[in-house]
Amino acid sequence: MARITLQNVRHSYLPHPEGDDDYALKEIDHSWEDGGAYALLGPSGCGKSTLLNIVSGLLTPSEGRIRFDDKEVTELPPDKRNIAQVFQFPVIYDTMTVYDNLAFPLRNRGRDEEIVKERVSAIAEMLEVTPMLNTRAANLSPDNKQKISMGRGLVRNDVNVVMFDEPLTVIDPHLKWKLRLKLKELHHRVNATMIYVTHDQTEALTFADQVVVMDLGVIVQIGTPVELFERPAHTFVGHFIGSPGMNILPCEIRDGGAFFHGQNVALEGPLTKAGNKTEIGVRPEYVVLAPTGLEGIVRRAVDIGRHIVIEVMVGDTRISVVSDGDLPEQGETVHLQFRQDQTRLYADGWLASKARS
Amino acid sequence: MKTLNQRAWFFVLPVLVLVAFNALIPIMTVVNYSVQETFGDNLFFWQGLDWFQQILRSDRFHAALGRQFLFTGLILAIEIPLGIIIALSMPRQGFWVPVCLVTMALPMLIPWNVVGSMWNIFTLPDIGLLGYFLNHTLGIPYDMTQSPIAAWITIVVMDVWHWTSLVVLLCYAGLMSIPDAYYQAAKIDGASSWAVFRYIQLPKMKTVLTIAILLRFMDSFNIYTEPFTLTGGGPGNSTTLLSIDLVKIALGQFDLGPAAAMSLIYFAITLLVSWVFYTVMTKGDTN
Repeated sequence: MARITLQNVRHSYLPHPEGDDDYALKEIDHSWEDGGAYALLGPSGCGKSTLLNIVSGLLTPSEGRIRFDDKEVTELPPDKRNIAQVFQFPVIYDTMTVYDNLAFPLRNRGRDEEIVKERVSAIAEMLEVTPMLNTRAANLSPDNKQKISMGRGLVRNDVNVVMFDEPLTVIDPHLKWKLRLKLKELHHRVNATMIYVTHDQTEALTFADQVVVMDLGVIVQIGTPVELFERPAHTFVGHFIGSPGMNILPCEIRDGGAFFHGQNVALEGPLTKAGNKTEIGVRPEYVVLAPTGLEGIVRRAVDIGRHIVIEVMVGDTRISVVSDGDLPEQGETVHLQFRQDQTRLYADGWLASKARS
Repeated sequence: MKTLNQRAWFFVLPVLVLVAFNALIPIMTVVNYSVQETFGDNLFFWQGLDWFQQILRSDRFHAALGRQFLFTGLILAIEIPLGIIIALSMPRQGFWVPVCLVTMALPMLIPWNVVGSMWNIFTLPDIGLLGYFLNHTLGIPYDMTQSPIAAWITIVVMDVWHWTSLVVLLCYAGLMSIPDAYYQAAKIDGASSWAVFRYIQLPKMKTVLTIAILLRFMDSFNIYTEPFTLTGGGPGNSTTLLSIDLVKIALGQFDLGPAAAMSLIYFAITLLVSWVFYTVMTKGDTN
């Protein structure tokens, strides 16, 4: 177990990268604390798998250093780093039994059969696969195969970090939930640092204590699920997390206030910086239909069970509203109000308003 | 309630006709010959199973069968491991992939009798590139028309040159189907390169290897054209494989009855070995 530090890590898949655009990872400077449960969240191609492979040692970064505690590991191959990784598609050794699969990492490191037996039994117990120990791994269902790949990662009790690269992609939806809880439980029991890569916000938010949101090769925000939801540091986070995502409304700054379609919108607090492009960000959950306020026309309203989602057009800007009220008619004129303490300003994409204390 | 419609038979008819002319009728003709004796003029006499007994007891057949198994055994023992080794060392991506693939495929595109003639000329002691080099430059006496050993080496090397590519290409296809994650997981699990081969690559190649071994077994067991053009079965009878012997009996001596009996025995051996091998190899797959 270890604290993992990435120092000015950059990576490009090209042999001679020139501009910033050639880098799949642009400057990552970050630490993962010992024993934490982290999620790396971002759309496909944002560099999260690259970052993961750099930590595991499958890739050597073009620039920068990686340390596990105080030990420099930048140049070390994966088997010397004492890490575990679970891949998108379950990797199992077809010809071996479940027992041999779980024992494989230990046997490769020359552990005594007695220790192997003890560890394998313990892990099998945790994963609830004990009855399958003697079946051939090739005959298992996908979710059990994935459990076995996780088990191979957890079977060594000295791993520095366990990494999951979108491990639930091939699992049936009703089993995803179970496996996710299992993972969370495992994290508490083995207490290893875990990094979970996904593009699915639900997975990231249920698994992790700290979520690292990435886009275009940079870390956009690091925070708890609540922080990411309540105070996105960037419009990308606002848009990416939440369903529907945050409303991002282009606005003008005049006399220290924000104006959207000529109307002054009350912000949570004073502005902290200026920018060329300014936008108001407010979550659909904090937009309410009111007798007065911003006027718009209902374009679509959908009942999604627990509440309704209304799409309102104000000029040519679309605003989503999450409401518990009655379903409005399409084409109806409505008035919107934003909850002031949840209305933020973004300058050039980054958060530019401060909460009133 | 289902309506009975016999018209479906018409759709099967073309296949039946094709199989009949392609396989059933020729085989039955052979069966017909195998139990009769003829002295020409289309006169036949019932012979029962005499020809089969005669063939099975004949030293000549035993010798040819022995040579055939030796040949096929050598071919499999060399081509399969060599094919795997070459497939493993081929690049997985980049500029050299198509170059390697095309180079590999070339020998297989050459007609069999041309291969035989090529190697015949190649190994001639006086003018062949290899023959001349061995005899006159290195001073190793090499003449496959004189020495059975030289003849055997030549036909085996020729077949390895001609057909190892098939094993390589099949194995390569098997290897390419392994996702990168398997290699990465093995690296993280601390597996040695032998363990990677034993537990990842070999199991993933099993299906294609089964096919490769089957094809190479059947083709080498039934081989005729190349050794016939190269050595004609000689020197003496030293490279007279089953098929060459069969043609000698059938068309050289015109003993149609024994030749037919021998064909059937030959066919039965090929079928039996292939069936046993395939059954054993695929047994564990279903449960």
